[in-house]
Amino acid sequence: MSDQLKQLQEKLDNCEHYQKFKVYRDKILALGNDSLEKTIAIAVALCLVCAVFVSMAAVALKPLQVSNKALDMKKNILDVAGLLKEDTNIEKAFAEKIEAKLVNLETGDYADGDANAYDQRKAAKDPAQSVAITKDKDIAHIRVKAKLAKVYLVKEGGTTKSIILPINGYGLWSTLYGFLSVEADGQTVQSINFYDQAETPGLGGEVVNPNWRALWKGKKIYAETEQASSEKGLIAEAGVGEPALSLIKGTVDSTKAGSQYQVDGLAGATLTSTGVTNLVRYWTSKEGFAPYLAKVRTVTGAKS
Amino acid sequence: MSDLLNDETKKVLTEPLVENNPITLQVLGICSALAVTSQMSTSLIMALALTMVTACSSAAISAIRNHIPSSIRIIVQMTIIASLVIVVDQLLKAFAYDVSKQLSVFVGLIITNCIVMGRAEAYAMKNPPLESFIDGIGNGLGYSLILIVVAFFREIFGSGKLLGMEVFHLTKDGGWYDPNGLMLLPPSAFFIIGLLIWAVREWKPKQREAVEFKIMSISHGEEGGHH
Repeated sequence: MSDQLKQLQEKLDNCEHYQKFKVYRDKILALGNDSLEKTIAIAVALCLVCAVFVSMAAVALKPLQVSNKALDMKKNILDVAGLLKEDTNIEKAFAEKIEAKLVNLETGDYADGDANAYDQRKAAKDPAQSVAITKDKDIAHIRVKAKLAKVYLVKEGGTTKSIILPINGYGLWSTLYGFLSVEADGQTVQSINFYDQAETPGLGGEVVNPNWRALWKGKKIYAETEQASSEKGLIAEAGVGEPALSLIKGTVDSTKAGSQYQVDGLAGATLTSTGVTNLVRYWTSKEGFAPYLAKVRTVTGAKS
Repeated sequence: MSDLLNDETKKVLTEPLVENNPITLQVLGICSALAVTSQMSTSLIMALALTMVTACSSAAISAIRNHIPSSIRIIVQMTIIASLVIVVDQLLKAFAYDVSKQLSVFVGLIITNCIVMGRAEAYAMKNPPLESFIDGIGNGLGYSLILIVVAFFREIFGSGKLLGMEVFHLTKDGGWYDPNGLMLLPPSAFFIIGLLIWAVREWKPKQREAVEFKIMSISHGEEGGHH
């Protein structure tokens, strides 16, 4: 090692430019601190050193960061699918049971393309791959959505057990990003999971609380009967087949009609609760996954 | 250990803990002390990150202190501090992904933390690198101490947990403790830091500031005018 260093030192000593640099460096360092030349030289040198330092760290750590991010996403998907246990091998379980698919939001059909490489959040920011949402329809306050959505099918023995839909929308402080896991009937909720949010910890931040998330299991997304939709106040303005799921104030009374469309609101977080209701409604409406889920239902219906 | 540290280094290392604490005496770095202290784990990482940044930036600035042109010295300090903070942020994203997600922008905001700038300007510009490094560690520890104390109270009373482990059984899970929602909001840190400052100044009366003016009572108000 020290031999190599010595060789390097010799090479540097023989290099003409390095000698010139040394002369210039000594000249600059000897100057008064407030001379213009020294000020500029120090500024340039400092910027160079810092830039190299920062870029080296960024480039060297990039692979680790990317894999962290990917692993975290897979963990969230397995979690919402109910497949995550303490000793789960995330990569293995994901490869075995989860299949990513692209869905055209407008028609509800599967779209061609490499689903694994597709990044819906990036696509939403790209004008060529996204559509602006008109103000009156933008109840989730997200302004734009990608034309193609990336859904995940949870497979078990060749059949689709559940479907994981990406959802996002504005809460109180932040845009919440999450997944809604729906059973193969396209109607029953299996779980919900917000993986990126910055709501108040302990209040709105309780959207990540497992106990609260467990309340979503078995809830129905769309109003099923005339009777249910006429229960105004319980299911505000929802006709048959319209998204009816919402968060309410307080605790859901499971004996009352319409309770299958209701989830307890978050205590002390009215605005986050409203935001969650709106974003779930938005993504299950015609603007979101309603066309797709309708097709899922007809396919499963035809089979059975 | 005592051979390694002479009196001066011992002083710069221990003084910022209580005697000259950056938060309770100098009242610097309050913003992040409010923002990240709702949980112990985030506070610990934040404290560690700030200590590292303060120590390394002080050492780096001190190493080139004799060649920093005074007209651009603040920019030079900021450039060094900002570079270090970006590297710390990158390291967290690579090795402590979950924590970095929770800390979000607050790691980046170490750049604007007055403690880092304050130590660079007040100490590192005038002292050799090793002492500056230790001074940075000392002040980082002083900051850490307050952060951890505040986070302890906020997490235990706000969510009944410590470092994510349940201490008080919460009513919503069928227990007895009804958490105090205020503790989870940033203003509660104001109260705790205020009480801490009070406690420290009771303990060390030297830290009390001289009274700048006296409030006169009304009956003496007119007489006061004649003096």
